[in-house]
Amino acid sequence: MGSEALVLFFLTGAFFIGIAISIAALFAPRSSNPQKYEPWECGMEVFGDARIQFKVGYYLFAIIYLIFDVEIVFLVPWAVVMKKVGTVAFVEALIFLIILGLGLIYAWKKRALKWE
Amino acid sequence: MYDFSKMTGAIHEWLSSLMPSILVTTIEWVLIGVVFLALFAILGLVLVILERKIAGFFQFRLGPNRVGPYGMFQTVADTVKLLLKELVSTNKVDKFLYNVAPFFVIIAPLMIMAVIPYGFGLTAYDINVGLLFVMAVSSIGVVGILLAGWSSNNKYSLIGAMRSGAVIISYELSMGLSALLAIVLLAGSLNLNDIVMSQQAGWWLFRGHIPAIIAFVIYIITGTAETNRVPFDLTEAESELGAGYHAEYSGIKFAFFFLSEFVNMFIISALAVTIFLGGWLPFHIPGWEGFNNSMNYIPGPVWFFLKTGVIIFLLMWFRWTFPRLRIDQILTLEWKYLLPISLLNLVLMAFVVMMGWVF
Repeated sequence: MGSEALVLFFLTGAFFIGIAISIAALFAPRSSNPQKYEPWECGMEVFGDARIQFKVGYYLFAIIYLIFDVEIVFLVPWAVVMKKVGTVAFVEALIFLIILGLGLIYAWKKRALKWE
Repeated sequence: MYDFSKMTGAIHEWLSSLMPSILVTTIEWVLIGVVFLALFAILGLVLVILERKIAGFFQFRLGPNRVGPYGMFQTVADTVKLLLKELVSTNKVDKFLYNVAPFFVIIAPLMIMAVIPYGFGLTAYDINVGLLFVMAVSSIGVVGILLAGWSSNNKYSLIGAMRSGAVIISYELSMGLSALLAIVLLAGSLNLNDIVMSQQAGWWLFRGHIPAIIAFVIYIITGTAETNRVPFDLTEAESELGAGYHAEYSGIKFAFFFLSEFVNMFIISALAVTIFLGGWLPFHIPGWEGFNNSMNYIPGPVWFFLKTGVIIFLLMWFRWTFPRLRIDQILTLEWKYLLPISLLNLVLMAFVVMMGWVF
């Protein structure tokens, strides 16, 4: 199949979820009381909202991740042609990787990788 | 080797002789959709019962043994139960995102299953950038988890989702850099079928020297983390978060998350098999002609699922072997150990390929 497969698999997944949810909606029992619609919190009464300021450490890792992920995208075409091009490609990728390794060491020394 | 594209080609010819092309396309789409949905559902059912049986095996108990012979229909009964449960949601959820999240976690694994070669010519979507496609689409699953956790408006869900996001994106780096790119260097192609075919002389795990073995070990570690399985399962750490990001989901919506976790485990194992263990190629020992010829009689898909089963068993074994890590330990392991090792391993692998030291 060509790239229309993506459409097909998207539709298949959506169909699967749609069918399952509609079966549940048709046959499942229903009951209601006010406590049922509270968020679950170990049986205690809920206090406050969940969407508060969150630990910044997660975002820091996400930012560093972004840099390295783009690096991987750059390396993918290199990896495909490495065998044919040979030494030149190896040296170029080595320089590229050394610069990125320096970046990792910089982040490390700046204690961006430390969880506190 | 039997070429399955001959079989699908014959079905296409036969249908084309009976009806107009628009109808043929429709029927083929429906067929492929049904086959993959069936595979998806059966994988979920089989893997859940396998997980529980193996858990029983490791703990000297029987595991589920009431429904059907040896409890084999336990998961079918569970699925029916989940299907008939009420869909409860809280009044604080973000309705749209809460309902959209299951679509992400189901459709992403389904799309990856399309590009995996199950046998010779047995791929739904033979794409030339297969490995890149897998890396790209598997990241979309994270979006579903983050949406589920955030839209639930539950503190446990949010913490679980944020941890999951941090762990999955971090471990994706090592997986992409070390494991996948190292094998792309050896095979010289991103097409999964080509990668399998390049292993006819021997699997990359054995032919790629030490870098390939390091890459395989890193791949298994990162794969465990990507699927949120036990040493890295603080996403849904039962003892501290209850259920993690799907705490507010009930009935069949919960089942979607559950199902996608198990199918993701299958995908990680299937990819490990495809790139390191020769995919659907039979096991050969150089020089043993009789043995090799007899191995050739076992069909490709059987080999594929057999090898995948071995890797899945390994992942389930981990669950009963390693204690859970804390979030800082997980991130330290990735950023201070696996990532530098991956970078060095990639250079080493490139050097091996440049010198032509492959067996």
